[in-house]
Amino acid sequence: MGEQLAFYALSALILGCAVIVITAPSAVYAILFLVLDFLFVAGLYVVLHAQFVAVIQVLVYAGGIVILYLFVVMLVNLKRPPEAQRDRRRRSRLGVALSAVVLVEFAAIALYGYVAPEAGPAGGGLSFSNVERVGWLLYTDYLVPFELASMLLLVAMIGAIVLARREL
Amino acid sequence: MIDLIVIPLLQIVFVLTGVLIVVMYLVLLERKIQAWVQVRFGPMRVGPHGILQPVADVLKLFVKEDITPVKADKWIYTAAPIIVLVPALIAFAVIPFGSSVSLFGKKISLAIADVNVGLLYIVAVASLGVYGIILGGWSSNSKYPLLASLRASAQLVSYEVAVTLTFVSVILSAGTLSMVGIVNAQYNSGVWFLFVQPVAFVIYMIGGLAETNRSPFDLPEAESELVGGFHTEYSGMRFALFFLAEYTNMIIVSSVATTLFFGGWLPPFPNLKALAFLYYVPSWIWFTLKTFLILYLFLWIRATLPRYRYDQLMRVGWKVLIPLALANIVVTGVVKVLLGR
Repeated sequence: MGEQLAFYALSALILGCAVIVITAPSAVYAILFLVLDFLFVAGLYVVLHAQFVAVIQVLVYAGGIVILYLFVVMLVNLKRPPEAQRDRRRRSRLGVALSAVVLVEFAAIALYGYVAPEAGPAGGGLSFSNVERVGWLLYTDYLVPFELASMLLLVAMIGAIVLARREL
Repeated sequence: MIDLIVIPLLQIVFVLTGVLIVVMYLVLLERKIQAWVQVRFGPMRVGPHGILQPVADVLKLFVKEDITPVKADKWIYTAAPIIVLVPALIAFAVIPFGSSVSLFGKKISLAIADVNVGLLYIVAVASLGVYGIILGGWSSNSKYPLLASLRASAQLVSYEVAVTLTFVSVILSAGTLSMVGIVNAQYNSGVWFLFVQPVAFVIYMIGGLAETNRSPFDLPEAESELVGGFHTEYSGMRFALFFLAEYTNMIIVSSVATTLFFGGWLPPFPNLKALAFLYYVPSWIWFTLKTFLILYLFLWIRATLPRYRYDQLMRVGWKVLIPLALANIVVTGVVKVLLGR
């Protein structure tokens, strides 16, 4: 009961903040509500007993990535939207396409939820702590995607350094 | 009901009041120690040997005029000091101040919450404090605060990496992320992790100085270049909140160092039979003693070392501390595998 209440309250807050993010008049306010949104998502993870994911959510998204957004917005003065975004037709076409993609994704997830069997608790018994279970899964079942993702990040890092260096 | 709500609430009130009082007197301690280093007396007028100086300071800050610059962004200007202080305070939730005490027949743990991701929780919460600094500088709509806040946030983001990497090697040694678990691991291994991970401790302390904007890394508030730092435009209680946050962060860094490297609430050489009498001293006294020793180190360094230049700061962070911390992780992992534990 309490868990459900928390879940719905948090979901409402997440959606509310997300709406404010896209309607906020100033980019800095939008980013602040994005941070708040990420914090509520972390709260949702805590309700689902995924403390590790919650903490990583705060650390990586709220504490890392969005700070870089804030840097960009503060240093690049965004008083007026650029010309390309003021074209109404182009914006609405893009919006329709994006929302169609999201809708298809939602439908796929719902369909999968009906078809796929109920997933048991990962990693067997409850003797593992949260972190150990995540680590175990990453290095057994999801080893290849995990290593591929780390390679991708490494390439991105090197790419950023190469781009930032003036003389090479 | 009592276990679920009343006791945690009392713990929270107790810890918050304790922290605020410690912060008040930490400021006095800093002034006194700096004075003694420079062969002065320090504050002497309010109370005997200036012992009531913090009370006078707080009263002054309360009655000072609270100014908001006309061109400031009002909401963010108001929110920034709060955003700085709140993460600093809620990080105390997972710090174990002692093993446990018995009060009125109830066994009360001296950590408010023993979360199994305790150490990561502190890292995550600490990473949020940067927002207050950036926003405080930006919303003042004034050039010195903006420059200072950019410096501060670049510094915090850089040194966060090195500090978090030292945590990884400590976690490898302890085998757990829980703060209580890390202290217990030190009990089981018989020595403080200071002797197991000396390199990590040195990197952590340097990173801790930089993360709290303390001298010799106090570039964000370098008076001679930036007037007063990111809080130049703030006055009265809002300035006090920034000030409070800085000292609270110092206490956090010291208590985390105590927990990770100095055995938390354990007496020295916790497994030695000959030193078992040390257990008669309550655990929280050991914790407080160690934390204050590290705080003293902070103040001592401030009184001794001159300020770094900005390029030196960045070079030390990225080219020395981070590679060293990474090498330390690799060595820790290899040794752990070779020892077969």
